[in-house]
Amino acid sequence: MTKEYKTITEISGPLIFLEKTEPVGYGELVHINLPDGTTKRGQVLDTSSDVVAVQVFEGTGGLNEESGVVFSGETIKLPVSKDMLGRILSGAGEPLDGGPRIVPEDRIDVNGASMNPYSRMPPEDFIQTGISTIDGTNTLVRGQKLPIFSGSGLPHNEIALQIARQSKVPGSTEDFAVVFAAMGITNEEAQYFMEDFEKTGALERAVVFLNLADDPAVERIITPRMALTAAEYLAYEHDMHVLVILTDITNYCEALRQMGAAREEVPGRRGYPGYMYTDLASLYERAGVIKGRKGSVTQFSILTMPGDDITHPIPDLSGYITEGQIVVSRELHMKGIYPPINVLPSLSRLMNSGIGDGKTRDDHKAVSDQMYAGYAEGRDLRGLVAIVGKEALSERDQKILEFADLFEDRFVRQGRDEDRSIEDTLQVGWDILSELPESLLTRIDNKYIEKYHPAHKSN
Amino acid sequence: MKGEIYRVAGPVVTIMGIKPKMYDVVHVGHEGLMGEVIRIEGDKATVQVYEDTSGIKPGEPVVNTGMSLSVELGPGLLESIYDGIQRPLKVLQEKMGDFIDRGVTANGLDRERVWEFKPTVSSGDSVTGGQTIGIVQETENIEHKIMVPPTVSGTIEEIKSGKFKVDETICVLAGGKELSMMQKWPVRMPRPVDKKFIPRRPLITGQRILDGLFPVAKGGTAAIPGPFGSGKTVTQQQLAKWSDTDIVVYIGCGERGNEMADVLNEFPELQDPKTGRPLMERTVLIANTSNMPVAAREASVYTGITIAEYYRDMGYDVSLMADSSSRWAEAMREISSRLEEMPGEEGYPAYLSARLSEFYERAGAVKSLSAEEGSITVIGAVSPPGGDFSEPVTQNTLRIVKVFWALDAKLAQRRHFPSIDWLTSYSLYTQGLADWFAENVAPDWVPLRDNAMDLLQQESELQEIVQLVGSDALPEDQQLVLEICRMLREYFLQQNAFHPVDTYCPFDKQYQLLKAISKYSDMAQAALESGIPMKDILSIESKDELAKVKFEEDFEGALNVVMEKMDKEFAALGGN
Ligand SMILES: Nc1ncnc2c1ncn2[C@@H]1O[C@H](COP(=O)(O)OP(=O)(O)O)[C@@H](O)[C@H]1O
Ligand SMILES: [Mg+2]
Repeated sequence: MTKEYKTITEISGPLIFLEKTEPVGYGELVHINLPDGTTKRGQVLDTSSDVVAVQVFEGTGGLNEESGVVFSGETIKLPVSKDMLGRILSGAGEPLDGGPRIVPEDRIDVNGASMNPYSRMPPEDFIQTGISTIDGTNTLVRGQKLPIFSGSGLPHNEIALQIARQSKVPGSTEDFAVVFAAMGITNEEAQYFMEDFEKTGALERAVVFLNLADDPAVERIITPRMALTAAEYLAYEHDMHVLVILTDITNYCEALRQMGAAREEVPGRRGYPGYMYTDLASLYERAGVIKGRKGSVTQFSILTMPGDDITHPIPDLSGYITEGQIVVSRELHMKGIYPPINVLPSLSRLMNSGIGDGKTRDDHKAVSDQMYAGYAEGRDLRGLVAIVGKEALSERDQKILEFADLFEDRFVRQGRDEDRSIEDTLQVGWDILSELPESLLTRIDNKYIEKYHPAHKSN
Repeated sequence: MKGEIYRVAGPVVTIMGIKPKMYDVVHVGHEGLMGEVIRIEGDKATVQVYEDTSGIKPGEPVVNTGMSLSVELGPGLLESIYDGIQRPLKVLQEKMGDFIDRGVTANGLDRERVWEFKPTVSSGDSVTGGQTIGIVQETENIEHKIMVPPTVSGTIEEIKSGKFKVDETICVLAGGKELSMMQKWPVRMPRPVDKKFIPRRPLITGQRILDGLFPVAKGGTAAIPGPFGSGKTVTQQQLAKWSDTDIVVYIGCGERGNEMADVLNEFPELQDPKTGRPLMERTVLIANTSNMPVAAREASVYTGITIAEYYRDMGYDVSLMADSSSRWAEAMREISSRLEEMPGEEGYPAYLSARLSEFYERAGAVKSLSAEEGSITVIGAVSPPGGDFSEPVTQNTLRIVKVFWALDAKLAQRRHFPSIDWLTSYSLYTQGLADWFAENVAPDWVPLRDNAMDLLQQESELQEIVQLVGSDALPEDQQLVLEICRMLREYFLQQNAFHPVDTYCPFDKQYQLLKAISKYSDMAQAALESGIPMKDILSIESKDELAKVKFEEDFEGALNVVMEKMDKEFAALGGN
């Protein structure tokens, strides 16, 4: 179908409406030829025998009723090939690095089909990131979707890069790749990632999609889908373990909101579309492991919480879909602690399947639980101390108060290049726990105390 | 009759050229995607389509089946995993691979599988709707009763015995009506019962805070609202695993694919505490995950409850978990907004509350048409945006259900699990079940529990004072209350779902644990009164050791050791 229609009747925000077309498929890719010779792309949002509505990815600037519209007869597809590794593409999948076009081995619908839950293999391979607050207390596993919930001005990019650099599955030598998708981040931020990728040689194993702050917002809606399509292709056709970093989910959601408003939809909470949960799920759920296939897709996305508010719809809906979250805290950052990860609101839902005997260590869960309990109580006591003074605390409470400080100083804090093994992480855990009276270690089975507690271990 | 597509906008398709009835199932497009008529307006009708509509064009054909959305009921439901419209995911995988394609139909019940049918009636008998005419051993423990469909009755002309497929005739009624082991039932219509009872037996869950403080009755309704990460899914799964129920219907409604994979992985390995058989043998799973089509998510809840009703009609105790009812409500909202209906509160359709109550009304303890006593307990997870319970789905649900298990993010953050807030949760069954507990657990169970609840209330008041002056400033007897409450929280209420022993706590163990804490409390009180310093009472070692007895394989042995030591320690203090 190469027929060109010049029947645009209305242009409104990122949308165009046209009439008198032959039947057009829902979700079809559309090419729009502008009078100045340039071409834009769009997608069919609503189609009937009378009117067709198209959302234009590059925005409707420069478009007029003279523009020609061509329906491609198919949904949006990404040309994929193993040669994508090492390439930098635009948010719409076009080469940006001056290299040749991708010679496709296949062309895949970017929306992806939903994985049959029956085909899923529950993720359980421990990924060591070298960061104690993740490995020790919020363990990441292969095939998990675990975003960083951060705030503006916090070092989430450093943390993401440190993870990308250090992540490994102990004892495994399988093929891995990184798919990085920038959505509306600044050029400078993007450079920061690119430089690090280049410096560490990671770029060769990476596919990069860039939709920057000054690129059209509508394009942002397909960028993550392109990235995930590339990731699935590398994982399931080429047996690679793919780490996908999407940044920033918040910009993606803003684009969704903008589109919804342009379509004059009834807005949901705080103006975001009512279907945002379903839409985000169509991205996040594209992580996982499939029975009988070697590769996997792990998502480690970045999301900046507007106003540091975890109940804002973007982190809230995300948290309802992802398998946990790593929360970066402004308070810890101000205290000069790196990485400023607050473990209390953080969670890895798949931790239990990735740790323990044969995976990390038998005492892992108990040590983690005990540290949580101690740190949570210690932080509460800080509030109390501010009112009644330290002297008013019982001896027990004073110990717990001190534990919270130790936890931040020794367990949370680590170097930007410090790559702790899981043994190191658990050792730090026991070191600080052993400062507490043993009777307070109620979360730890006696057998582990006998096996690992510094006071028992030596004899 | 054939029609054609007029308009496609996401999951909502407008058709023309045919005159369907409301809720008729139609097949749209060349690929025959399945959908359901949800609005009729003049010569057009609106269809919610259960599959992805990308690429579907106006002008493509539409075929009306003339039937409402129905499920197939018969042997073979157990151990299955279905999508929201009862397509077996296993069959879909065989037909289309690891990713769900569209336009594929699959029968809810396997047409090839053969079952041994044993009649329980003879020719010449007259039967009425719902009556059992024979049995099939569906799994080791579940005897599947083959019932006359509720709307059918007559005199048996012929009844067979032996091995049959589900759609083969096993019985013929006078007048020629043929019955097979399979019947179909429209999901949006409750299956009829003879009468409903007030539920009077508890659902024993093996979860201390649930059984102990906020029990649900068999045939009752409960809601678990909570922000993300607070424990809705783990609690639902614990209930599915350990409840003393005959059948479990677990609906993953708009939630994670990996959670369903987990259940599929785990349930065949775990043992039903009642029968010792693999849990999967009593389970039916419905998985319409968040990335699967939203219209099928809307239907999934009805598919699940209809299957539950079918087993209830056989006289079984069924529990149904819906995780999460909020995603179901959101699916309604999404469809409603595509229909450009007038939005109610927070964009939800005005009929939200009616739909919720219709659904929970399908729970209950009943006498079925065949005079069997069965029940459906419905437990719905609720996912309030931002964890704010004032939102419409939580509020409308709380107006209906009798048990409220309120999850609290603060408890979850400090890894106090299950993070059910004991101060705001409630059960309206507590009174009605008191006699059962007194008879079947222990005569002093109810006072023990009431006393624990009392103390926990006091604790929250005392905590407010502590926040101002510190705990050392409290009088000693109040310090003791705080300590007892800490024990109640940590030793009794906290329960680790991932600990091999602690994950399931039989009622007797719950009783003994509570009794042990209460015993320490009594002895400490007495010691305090006889002038022994608080510091000495607190440093009783056996008190701390009590923390870990719940994790021991040999619980009773461990408890005895600790309690004997406690006697000695108190004796040594000179009090008692
Ligand atoms: N009873 C429990 N015992 C131990 N851990 C629990 C328990 N309940 C919840 N958790 C922990 O909390 C996490 C989140 O629970 P989940 O049920 O998935 O939350 P929700 O469904 O409310 O988002 C789980 O991954 C688990 O680590
Ligand atoms: Mg959940």
